[in-house]
Amino acid sequence: MSQPFRLNKEGLINRNKKISFTFNGKKLFGYEGDTIASALIANGIHLVGRSFKYHRPRGFFGAGVEEPNAKLQVEFNGHSEPNVNATEMELVEGLSATSQNCWPSVNFDVGAINNFLKMFFPAGFYYKTFMWPKSFWYKIYEPFIRKAAGLGVASIEKDKERYEHKFEYCDLLVTGSGPSGLASAYAAAKNGAKVILAEDKPRFGGTLLTDDVSIDNLSGKDWAEKIITELKSMPNVTVKNRSQVFGYYDHNMLVMFERVSDHLEKKSKFTPRQRLWYIRAKETILSTGSIERPIVFGNNDTPGIFLSAAAKEYMKVYGVLVGKKPLIFTNNDSAYETALEFKKNNVEPIILDTREEHSSELIDEAKSKGIDIRFSHGVIVANGYKKVKSAKIGKLNKDKNSFEKIETVDCDCICVSGFWTPSVHLASQSGNKLKYEEKIDAFIPDKKKQHETSVGAANGSFTLEESLKHGFENGSNLSAKITETKTEISIPNVNEKKYGAHDKFWCMPLPKNENPKRFVDFQNDVSVSDIEIALREGYRSIEHVKRYTTLGMATDQGRTSNLNGLQLVSNIENKIVPEVGHTTFRPPFTPITIGTIVGREVGMEYMPTRKTPMHEWHEKNNAVFVDAGAWKRPRYYKQGNETLFEASKREAKNVRENVGICDVTTLGKIDIKGPDAAEFLNRVYTNAWMKLPVGKARYGLMLREDGIVMDDGTTTRISENHYHMTTTTAQAANVLSHLEYYLQIVWPELNVNVVSTTEQWAGAAIAGPKSRDMLSKLYPDLDVSNDALPFMGYKEADFFGVPSRIFRISFSGELAYEINVKSDHGMFMWEKMMEVGKEFGNQPYGTEALSTLRIEMGHVAGPELDGRTIPSDVSLNGLVSKKKDFIGKNSLGREAFNVESRQKIVGLIPIDRKSSIPEGSHIVQDQNAKLPNPKLGHVSSSCWSVENNNPFSLAIMKDGKNMIGKKFFAVSPLKNKSIEVEVISSHYVDPEGKRVRS
Amino acid sequence: MLYIKCPYCGLRAQKEFSYGGDATVKRPNINEEVSSEDWDNFVYMRKSPRGKHIELWQHIAGCRQWIKVQRDTATHEIFQTAKVTEEIR
Ligand SMILES: [Zn+2]
Repeated sequence: MSQPFRLNKEGLINRNKKISFTFNGKKLFGYEGDTIASALIANGIHLVGRSFKYHRPRGFFGAGVEEPNAKLQVEFNGHSEPNVNATEMELVEGLSATSQNCWPSVNFDVGAINNFLKMFFPAGFYYKTFMWPKSFWYKIYEPFIRKAAGLGVASIEKDKERYEHKFEYCDLLVTGSGPSGLASAYAAAKNGAKVILAEDKPRFGGTLLTDDVSIDNLSGKDWAEKIITELKSMPNVTVKNRSQVFGYYDHNMLVMFERVSDHLEKKSKFTPRQRLWYIRAKETILSTGSIERPIVFGNNDTPGIFLSAAAKEYMKVYGVLVGKKPLIFTNNDSAYETALEFKKNNVEPIILDTREEHSSELIDEAKSKGIDIRFSHGVIVANGYKKVKSAKIGKLNKDKNSFEKIETVDCDCICVSGFWTPSVHLASQSGNKLKYEEKIDAFIPDKKKQHETSVGAANGSFTLEESLKHGFENGSNLSAKITETKTEISIPNVNEKKYGAHDKFWCMPLPKNENPKRFVDFQNDVSVSDIEIALREGYRSIEHVKRYTTLGMATDQGRTSNLNGLQLVSNIENKIVPEVGHTTFRPPFTPITIGTIVGREVGMEYMPTRKTPMHEWHEKNNAVFVDAGAWKRPRYYKQGNETLFEASKREAKNVRENVGICDVTTLGKIDIKGPDAAEFLNRVYTNAWMKLPVGKARYGLMLREDGIVMDDGTTTRISENHYHMTTTTAQAANVLSHLEYYLQIVWPELNVNVVSTTEQWAGAAIAGPKSRDMLSKLYPDLDVSNDALPFMGYKEADFFGVPSRIFRISFSGELAYEINVKSDHGMFMWEKMMEVGKEFGNQPYGTEALSTLRIEMGHVAGPELDGRTIPSDVSLNGLVSKKKDFIGKNSLGREAFNVESRQKIVGLIPIDRKSSIPEGSHIVQDQNAKLPNPKLGHVSSSCWSVENNNPFSLAIMKDGKNMIGKKFFAVSPLKNKSIEVEVISSHYVDPEGKRVRS
Repeated sequence: MLYIKCPYCGLRAQKEFSYGGDATVKRPNINEEVSSEDWDNFVYMRKSPRGKHIELWQHIAGCRQWIKVQRDTATHEIFQTAKVTEEIR
């Protein structure tokens, strides 16, 4: 198994460790340190995928994050991931990669017929063709587009990997470990600043790994290693490789994606796959470097065509040749370094330079090495379908718009360089408005909105000397402001080759009668003619052109296509690039996995679970739980094969006939203390509170300022200046904030303190005609008679040796009590109650029975207090004081609140006394009326009345009580039900409320 | 995610706070007559400025204090934070 394109020595890979993998089923090997791309190229494989729209054969184009083509479906560590960038994913033992977007295989792709029908796939094709008729969209067009244009396939298996989130703070975050990044981090670290240095690639050093330079007599690579080693040894520095800072958010928060273990063959159970870092940085250095841009020419998407720096990186980092007969097509000096590197490895390149013959350090060196350089030359069109075989090249005339000579030369790869584009994505995301720098034909950062500073190539400085100087200066100055220490650092001596000026040449002209596809955006298959069509059809704004042609909208965010797209638009429009402007850069800079965003918030950790102290007992006794916010509450306790309906009926019936206990720990509890507590309650509640005696409870109703009911509950006066408020489970947090708002902002003069005690108390309700008998057994030494502990009474007493609070309050409408003990005693209380209650027929009941009991009594709860009802809508106007002011009072006078026909609470029973009425049903006069059928109200709560043994519902209905006795239909199109109902009073059981007082 | 300086606790992540609306709205005094117009203005009418806005936030997962924050609604820049008893100008 030899690798025909692997060099013998060159590269930073570990040749002692072979790694086997498969590509489209074929067994191959690479070395530790390879990417999937470098290993495939070493094996001579270039055809890796098909393009998005035309299904044209595509190969590798870049060597890292800029790659637009090589997106593979990759299986490793037991999971399958789509759209993996082959130029970034490191090789790991057993990995299996397959091509995407081709069927049946990458070599023979049925969809490639699109390429020959390309006149039917112009810009805006999808918009134009699939718009009409509308009904065709879901059934025909959408599935077709999905099948033909799909990228990879997302796994439907559960993701077994572990992902983590981390929050970090630092003085200086440095994004990128090229020369300017290393210098910045080093200078800041020396000043004592807390520094995080993030590098996207596995190896630190950026261009220092590939450029032929020396710093203080060390090679670039060795100098980078020396600095990194020193940084790693400093306690104030965190150095992270495989970590991409992909988003710049408000207030200098940046988000980083760390690939922790994708490259590891074996890892410990708790090592996460990937980690998301939220980093709040006081200052940020953006040393993100630059990305080479291509020159546009015919069939420039053919496999075997590379960016010239990528070709160099494959040689220097991976020891891999992208070809053995290279054409170098350039408008600047940097590609000469690639040519020299080929030459060093005994490969003879031909350089096609669009510039006229001239001299520079690099050109002279290439000449002296005998490299074939052809000035005023360029590639017109690449020949070869699945791989470059030859190229038609041309000598340009003086105006560079036609040719003096055209010939065909053999080649097996083309390395193209159209100069360099600073990676300004993060700067732009931070709010920096960017400016166009004529000198480099690209945008660079301008005025900053946040604490960011771009250095080096990201700021448009392309020499090593300048990059290092910027890095050291900015790293030192920015950190000195924070640490107030400045350590002098001498800037190292640099040896680098000087570049001559580049040629502002970005698109090769075509000879007459030739019309090959010339791609601007490879990943989204946008060609020169697509953009021309968009402009011809009247699209002017670059943002519109982008959306119409999908230029730059793929997962590579147009890293290699943006500027050429802008050049093209400005040429056609006769504008200059800054007038055209650029499209907005948005996070994430590179695609990240959904697993990373979710982190540990999956399964049990999706949200916190609140359990009452009696939870274990409920579990042991077959409770079926229901979520109430974060709380788990028993919905019913299943006996044998009981259904929910049967069990809740049994539990509710037992409360009506004997006695039951219910875990009410989840109710919100707020302790209210202070000399003005009574006055405060009097303002918060709609009813009067000034005269509530100590040892008494009262039901209270709370409104919002707009008059809508906010919450209800009982509040008990524990002592002179001390009250215990209860809220509904759902509103507990809102009510506390509400009270704090009025105490802190509106009435700070009131001397009152509030604090949540929900977690401090365990609560159990004892309800039913036998509850007093049971209570007297629980408190043998206490007088619990109706006189001693009347309805709304309160007592504190010992409960088998532990302190407890007894409230005589009722939610079920039965004679009932609520006992509170400290949370730690909750289980003790509950077990004692079960033991003592046996002789009275006590059974525990869940929320379903609880609802049944309150519904048939006509007690309103969440479904009625739904943010639309005022007190009189739900028959609670008796609790609204006319004498005093309170929160929301002024709103109750509003005209719409006082219309007689307003929707109000009523009860409903089915005429057949059998059919249960679905909650949410609409009430209509005539079930067969023409649509839209006027809606008279809706069913808010439904139950099976255990008292009357038939269904009963509460509804909010137009004209309310005036409708009593009339018949309507409750219709639920969702459940396909229509039930004839009669309107009755909402108080179906014990309307006088005798039981609670008995 | 915003970075908000609680006057009691210091700089904390936005996650710890909950938003409470315009801080310049003043509730009509309790137990005093108020015209319907003034009441409606208090309950419903809010400006939605582009730019500087003084607003309430509650440090809900911290000290639970309501605080004032002067923020640019377009850029999210925070100019000043203060206790509710203090003035922002
Ligand atoms: Zn605070």
